[in-house]
Amino acid sequence: MATRSRLHVAVFLAPAVLVYTAVMIWPLFNTLRLALYAAGDEGRVFAGLANFATLFGDPRWSGAFWNALGNNFWFFFIHMIVQNPIGIALAAILSHPRLRFAALYRSAIFIPTILSFVIVGFAWKLILSPIWGIAPGILDAVGLKALFAPWLGREDYALTTLALISVWQFVGIPMMLIYAALLSIPEEILEAGEIDGITGWSAFWRIKLPLILPSIGIISILTFVGNFNAFDLIYAAQGALAGPDFSTDILGTFLYRTFFGFQLQLGDPHMGSAIATAMFAIILTGVCIYLFAIQTRMRRYQF
Amino acid sequence: MHKARHNPLNAIAAHAALLTWTAIALFPVAVILINSFKTRKAIFREPLALPSPDSFSMIGYQTVMKQGDFFLYFQNSMIVTVVSLFLVLLFGAMAAFALSEYRFRGNTLMGLYLALGIMIPIRIGTVAILDLMVQTGLVNTLMALILVYTAQGLPLAVFILSEFMRQVSDDLKNAGRIDGLSEYRIFFRLVLPLVRPAMATVAVFNMIPIWNDLWFPLILAPGEATKTLTLGSQVFIGQFVTDWNAVLSALSLAILPVLVLYVIFSRQLIRGITSGAVK
Amino acid sequence: MTQGRLGRLSGLMLTTALIATGAAAQDVTLTIESWRNDDLSIWQDQIIPAFEAANPGIKVAFTPSAPAEYNAALNSKLDAGTAGDLITCRPFDASLALYDGGKLADLSDLAAMANFSDVAKSAWQTDDGAHTFCVPMASVIHGFIYNKTAFAELGIEVPATEADFFAALDKIKADGTYIPMAMGTNDQWEAATMGYNNIGPNYWKGEDGRRALIAGTQKLTDEAWVAPYRQLAKWKDYLGDGFEAQTYPDSQNLFTLGRAAVYPAGSWEISGFNAQADFEMGAFPPPVANAGDECYISDHTDIAIGLNAASPNAEAARTFLEWVGSAEFATLYANALPGFFSLNSAPVEMADPLAQEFVSWRGKCHSTIRSTYQILSRGTPNLENETWNASANVIRGSETPEEAGARLQAGLASWYEPQK
Repeated sequence: MATRSRLHVAVFLAPAVLVYTAVMIWPLFNTLRLALYAAGDEGRVFAGLANFATLFGDPRWSGAFWNALGNNFWFFFIHMIVQNPIGIALAAILSHPRLRFAALYRSAIFIPTILSFVIVGFAWKLILSPIWGIAPGILDAVGLKALFAPWLGREDYALTTLALISVWQFVGIPMMLIYAALLSIPEEILEAGEIDGITGWSAFWRIKLPLILPSIGIISILTFVGNFNAFDLIYAAQGALAGPDFSTDILGTFLYRTFFGFQLQLGDPHMGSAIATAMFAIILTGVCIYLFAIQTRMRRYQF
Repeated sequence: MHKARHNPLNAIAAHAALLTWTAIALFPVAVILINSFKTRKAIFREPLALPSPDSFSMIGYQTVMKQGDFFLYFQNSMIVTVVSLFLVLLFGAMAAFALSEYRFRGNTLMGLYLALGIMIPIRIGTVAILDLMVQTGLVNTLMALILVYTAQGLPLAVFILSEFMRQVSDDLKNAGRIDGLSEYRIFFRLVLPLVRPAMATVAVFNMIPIWNDLWFPLILAPGEATKTLTLGSQVFIGQFVTDWNAVLSALSLAILPVLVLYVIFSRQLIRGITSGAVK
Repeated sequence: MTQGRLGRLSGLMLTTALIATGAAAQDVTLTIESWRNDDLSIWQDQIIPAFEAANPGIKVAFTPSAPAEYNAALNSKLDAGTAGDLITCRPFDASLALYDGGKLADLSDLAAMANFSDVAKSAWQTDDGAHTFCVPMASVIHGFIYNKTAFAELGIEVPATEADFFAALDKIKADGTYIPMAMGTNDQWEAATMGYNNIGPNYWKGEDGRRALIAGTQKLTDEAWVAPYRQLAKWKDYLGDGFEAQTYPDSQNLFTLGRAAVYPAGSWEISGFNAQADFEMGAFPPPVANAGDECYISDHTDIAIGLNAASPNAEAARTFLEWVGSAEFATLYANALPGFFSLNSAPVEMADPLAQEFVSWRGKCHSTIRSTYQILSRGTPNLENETWNASANVIRGSETPEEAGARLQAGLASWYEPQK
């Protein structure tokens, strides 16, 4: 190895690094830089950390920030306890070698994932609408009408409802990833287990699950990053003010409102960038925990 | 083989679970499609009923079709999506291979650098990106969108692909090296075929946000000649729009091509997954 | 100005010459940025052909985006220099900020500006009134639209006072055929715009109260500003089941499908409602406290059109803007979009009876604009956006009128000097 030229490493990296740096990192860096400035009478003036002091010190800003962050954690939590287990369970069932119509199920379950947020927001608003009666009608048909409430309009339910809609939309992703991981487990390993009398559920728990742990790790971190960047669904369903009474406001909507402005409120790129920087720090922390604390300790198997 | 694999009760339970979730997954889509073919009154009176001779209406589609060249929009969306996906997969796989295969100084840092992009919403860089496109004369070209989506897709692609490439057996690669294969051949001939399932997964993941994006087409390429399908149908989906026939038809028109694309890709995806698994 | 005319004249001669030689390729195309995606077909089929017929050589393209994204998308495009030649202007600060930032051209010297009163222009002027940067197009009037069939069936008279109003709602509710009032709080702005700013002017005495608030002599905790919230809090009982999750299109559809009897409205609804409702509609202004009280209506300057300072086609764009300021455009626009009332000083004949009803209130009541739009929404927290939230909260019952007033006052006082 040492005698070989290392040029190929650069060749492999160059196209990705160039495009990514020019079109993504440079513009983003230029924008985040604005967090250190403020709008003055004569254009932009350097303000140091003043914007961050406002964000965390002024109760109006910090109240909105912590509210959004708290909501974001709840949003993430719902995904972790609902989306990922359902995804894994569906993948486990689907990967059963003798299952008929597997391809059909797989395709159907993934369909919500390919829909745009506008469609998802509109469809679910229509279904859950207290007026047009799809959900109330269905609940009525099974004698549970009393359970119906205008969920998206109630502070206690709205965020959870939206999180579940998001789960509905994205459950196909963990399903596909886990499915791929399960299929790549060599048959010999499972057969070796069967010889030892490990079959069915216990085979899943004792053999397959440890082998797909790296994939579950990836899914968790992808869910984390995706959720803390989420914006579109809430925006499509509840608007930029994330009602009722900001109960569905997450960091993405808070950032959008601040950065681009909303209705009569003018956009403030400086405070907006400060919020984006804070979000970036949160996500980076999560990713670093994953990369250094979890990924390096996880056993990886080469087949 | 063993009992567990033949038990009919298990099979019934599995089908029941899958059928339930399939119904949940398809129901909202069906609601939109069904209602797009109904008269306005029928939509609200019985949203669940299938269109009958009485309630059947194509008025929404007529309204939508009048508003623009949807075939051209579709073509634009196709070009942008397919080219971006190709570039994301090629560049992403190359970078992922470099990161997972070679030990070099700054490897971890480079990995982190390439992952930064998934941690900041690219939307906030809009003005700077638009400036860049203005300077390079790419505004109102499909190239502008392709560049942005390629950059946007790379972090996730590198992240997922390098994870999968670490699982490719070293013995295989070293055998290749002993046979005198160049690093490029090892990558294209040995490694790429093995990570096809992961490539297919990345393709499907990236296809969705690219196809459905409204923001960058609106900012970077709003011209009539470069409008994407999502942007073209957006005219009907706004705060003040009450014409639900048109809204539902526009939504249906936006769903159908992705569905078709997905059905095409999903064959590839599944073939990719299974061929990778057999090894 | 002579220069402009001369330029236009020579431009006209040039284009005539070009057309004579058959070189239509020299046409200038003007692009209009707008949030009115609802009006796309009206612009394409009526307004633009009328202009193009009178001005050969200038083509116009109307390219609207969805209202919610309009401001953000427009600002990005203006910053990068890719925005269209003509910019549809939001009233007050959003456009003022664009003018101050050098994005909108000064149009004070446009001849057509003489066709507009100072009040009409006030929404698109610098604070000192020295520079006007958009040509006013239309204002919208608030009030209530009702289902005439429903009122006739139930024997209800058109309410004039608050007591009449709630008596009518009670009667509709007791009968049970109709939902008394179609409004939801999901989108929030309905509650503020069609609720608070619709009925409010009667309590804060229109312009008097609005100016006093700007001057700092009244506070949002004063009775005049809390009383409208007290009214809104009473609305809850008359809204449909699940109004908390009811969206704006839901409300519109509830009313036009004949399921609800009263719709708190803005006049912009008229053309859409005419197309969709198959029953006769009437309108009444916000009820007053006691019979014979002076009445006040929200007659809000809502939409105007300006010139992108970076437009390469400024000459042609000014020709278009002069035309927008003409009586011809006023008549065309007001009749194509009944409910968008012309701000032009020239009287405009309108054929639509519902639009005539709305505009007739200008003669009976005092006009004012929405209380939060001028100056008071310049800071953070933004008073208009806070009013959305507070109005929705008050209707849902999660905040009392007094709490809402106190919260808004504290927010305003935190940045607005005269209120400190």
